[in-house]
Formats: sequence, structure tokens, C-alpha cells
Amino acid sequence: MELLRSRSLHLKLLSGLIVFGAWEVAGRVPVSYAFPTFLESMQALLALTLDGTLFTAYAETLRPLVVGVAISAVLGIGLGLWIGLSEKFDWLFSPIFVVMQAAPLAALIPLLVMAYGIGLTSKVFVVCIMAMPVIVLNTAGAVRNTPSSIKEMGRSFLGSRQDIILKIVIPSASPIIFSGLRLGVSAGFIGAILSELKITPTGVGDIITYSRSIADYPSMYAAIFSIILLAVLFLNVLERIENILFKGNIRGYVSD
Amino acid sequence: MAMSQTDNAIDASAPNEGVNAVTAHNISKNYGDVEALKDLTLEFPRGQLTSLLGPSGCGKTTLLKIIAGLLEPTSGEVQVNGKTVTGPGPDRAFVFQDFALLPWASVLRNVAFGLELRGIAKSTREDIASKYIRDVGLGGFENAYPHELSGGMRQRVGLARALSVDAKVLLMDEPFSAVDEQTRRKFQEDLLSLVQNENKTFIFVTHSIEEAVYVSDQIAILLPRPSRVSEIIRPASFRSKDVDNIRRDPEYLDIIDRIWASLRSYVE
Repeated sequence: MELLRSRSLHLKLLSGLIVFGAWEVAGRVPVSYAFPTFLESMQALLALTLDGTLFTAYAETLRPLVVGVAISAVLGIGLGLWIGLSEKFDWLFSPIFVVMQAAPLAALIPLLVMAYGIGLTSKVFVVCIMAMPVIVLNTAGAVRNTPSSIKEMGRSFLGSRQDIILKIVIPSASPIIFSGLRLGVSAGFIGAILSELKITPTGVGDIITYSRSIADYPSMYAAIFSIILLAVLFLNVLERIENILFKGNIRGYVSD
Repeated sequence: MAMSQTDNAIDASAPNEGVNAVTAHNISKNYGDVEALKDLTLEFPRGQLTSLLGPSGCGKTTLLKIIAGLLEPTSGEVQVNGKTVTGPGPDRAFVFQDFALLPWASVLRNVAFGLELRGIAKSTREDIASKYIRDVGLGGFENAYPHELSGGMRQRVGLARALSVDAKVLLMDEPFSAVDEQTRRKFQEDLLSLVQNENKTFIFVTHSIEEAVYVSDQIAILLPRPSRVSEIIRPASFRSKDVDNIRRDPEYLDIIDRIWASLRSYVE
């Protein structure tokens, strides 16, 4: 086990080395004058961090992101549970989320701006539109696919409907709910940046737009890199939480 | 040989003669146009093991789930100790074919789960569960998860869960069909001593003729389309014998042959 863990750490480091190495090489060739090397970008990132630009930017970006993701998670899991448990509700609401998932968001942004202005509300909406459908649809699917034998077990051992939902359906659906949450959160990150690029340039979106306009490409890539890093870190935290909450699920389901 | 074509003929050697823990009266069950069970009447003597045997699709699991209160009959009624069944009740516990364990819960929590749903305090239910975990031979595995156990051990967990709620009637839906042959034999022997030592009524669904004859006090043969009880067989002589001698008892072998002869034409 210990060996396996250290090996997987080595593999992670190796793959990081390969990707960043390739980036560095591509930047040095150079592929394009607008493509800085890895080291230049990291220097820019350090500079942005040290002069505090990055922190003020994230204070701005994280607001719609956190609010949107929180709304999407709570409302999305709630709606998903409801859709999964009730066929009528499924019929009523599923199509909305399927359409939401399929809709080209960039084309909807002008409509949102018209309705809600250029402030926080619109940005939160963009994050929600990105994050919510996958959370809702995953949750609903997982709930609907709860193995019928364990639900039957709950009934035969006199579980109330509430017991069965809380102690059987939700824990059983949790791995897929969490994977929906992970996908939803990463989509939320995309939504947050998209809204800052398309609605009003604030926060990290502002760094990206501004550095591009003055051809400060290392800063632009530094900002993009930082948001990816943040997303990855957040997803890892989410995975940790899942592992702590549902220990027995790590190895998947009892299949045979 | 004590064999009878009628459902209320009870062998003279049976204890508690005439006292039935469970009775099914004129049960019919339709799924749309399909008649799964038709006008089925059957009695289950208290303290004994009755198996439901028949070809696949003969509705034996449907009947068991109706007795459990998990399915509603289209017509007819089931009585458990004189009370009509309207849903699952504390007088019955179910052992599932696929074990139906919670994969995220430890053995201890799985076994205690029936008590947990009844609102028993945690320390009490864990004490009871630990006792039954030891009884079924899983002592030391309290904190293991189902995926760490073999199929046979998982079914022992399912059995301990059913025993721990102390129901008078134990409903077993092909409980040994998903475990390997050697484990199954051990299970069958354990089941015989369970029937003897626990004052419970067992209803046992199986598709294995040998298994049914080996473990049962009474075998109800169900024939399909639509299902009805075609015959009730009560092995007489070898039930009192030692477990090691049952499989070469002439009556045991005769009954197996006889059941096969009547089922043969229904097996595709």
C-alpha cells in the first residue's frame, strides 16, 4: 500500500515534469511569439503573487464562483434527489436541465446581461448554468439507479421512507453525486472565467484580458495557470471529503 | 413415505401438528396480463422449514415477497400468526439472494442495520449484532467491509442481520445460490442446526432439488403458468438422522428422483 502510494506520487511528479518540460521547450522554440515559456510564466505568477494583484483578483473572481457553486451544489443535489425519487418531477424538470446542458452558454450571455445587468447576479447565473445541470442529472441518475435489492432490504427491515432515503439511497448514490459535483465544480470554474471575459472584465478575467491587450503574455498564462491550479486543488479537496465520508465506497461496489 | 397431494395433510410425526405460523390463502398475483400466481393456498407449520421449489418463472420468489409484505397480492391474503399481512412487519426477516449488504457500511453496521431501522440505541444494537456475528462464525470481521469478504461470508452477514432482529419467521430467497458448492454444503448443514435450535419458522426458496430435500421438513412444489402448488412432500424418516447420513438415505434419493420426474417436463 505504502509502495503503491509512493509510486503513484512518482508518476504524478513524472507527468508534471513531462507536461511542463514540453511547455518549456515549446516556449523556447518558440511555437508562437504569444506563447511564453514555462519558466517565464512562473516568474510572472510569482510577481503577480508578490505584488498582491493575484489576491485582489481572486477576491473578485471567487465571489460569483463560490456563490454559484454553492447554489448549484445545494439546489442541484436537492433537485436531483427529487427528480430521481419522483417520476412526475422527473418528467417536469429533467428536460430543463438537459436543454441547459446542451445550450451554447456564450450565446445566452447577452440575454442574461439584458435581464440582470453586468453585476454579480449575471455572473452567478453563468456559473450556475454551467455547474448545475451536470450535478442535477448525475444526482437524479444515481438516485434512480439505487440497487433495488438494498431498497427492498430497507423496507423489509421496517425502514421508513425517510430512513431509506437518508440511510440507503443517498449513501448509495454518493459516489456518482460526488463525481457530478466534481464535474459541476470544474464547469463552474469555466463559467466564472467565461463571465469575466464576456460580461465585465474583473478579477482573474481582467488579468487575462489586460495582459493580452498589452502583450504581456507571461502574465496572461500565469493567470490561466493559477486558475487551473486552483481548480485541481479544489477537486482534490472534494475527493478527500468524499473518501472520509464514505470509506467503504472507495473500492466500489460489491459486484459478485 | 409420507407424501400427499393435498396441502393440509400433515405428517403424523410433525411437531405442533395443525399449528401454522404462516398461511397463504387463495393468493393470486398478476403483472399486467401475466398471471404469476393463481389461487395459491399453502400452510407453513410453525418451527419448521418449508421450501418452495419449482422451475424458474414459477413465482416462488413472488410468493415469498408477498409473504414478506414487499409485494401486494392481486387477491387473497397472507396471515402470519393469525394477523393479516399488509406490509413488512417485525415478525418476519428476509435473507436476500444477492445479500443486499450496504457496501459502505462495516459488517457490524450491516448486521445491526435492521435494529438501527427499528430505532434501537447504538450500544444495544451493536451488542446484539456482535453476538450474532460470532454465532454465524464471523467473529473478528466486525470492522471489515463487504468487498473484503467472500460470497459465503457476505451471506453469513445477511443471515446474522436477519437473525438479530429476532423475527419468528425467516424468509430466505435462494440464499445459497450465489455461493460456491462447498460453502453451500456447509450452509445447508448449519441451516439444519439453526432450524433445530432456534424456535423459528423458515420459508426457503430454492431451485435446487437436492438442497430442498436436504434441508426441508416440508417441500412445496410449484408449477408454472400460472403458478399453483402441485404437490407437498414431507420427508419422514431421514430428518431425525445425522447430517452425514442424509445424502445416502434411500428416501432422500427417492424423493429427489420423484421431484425431478414431475419437474422435468417444465424445464426447457
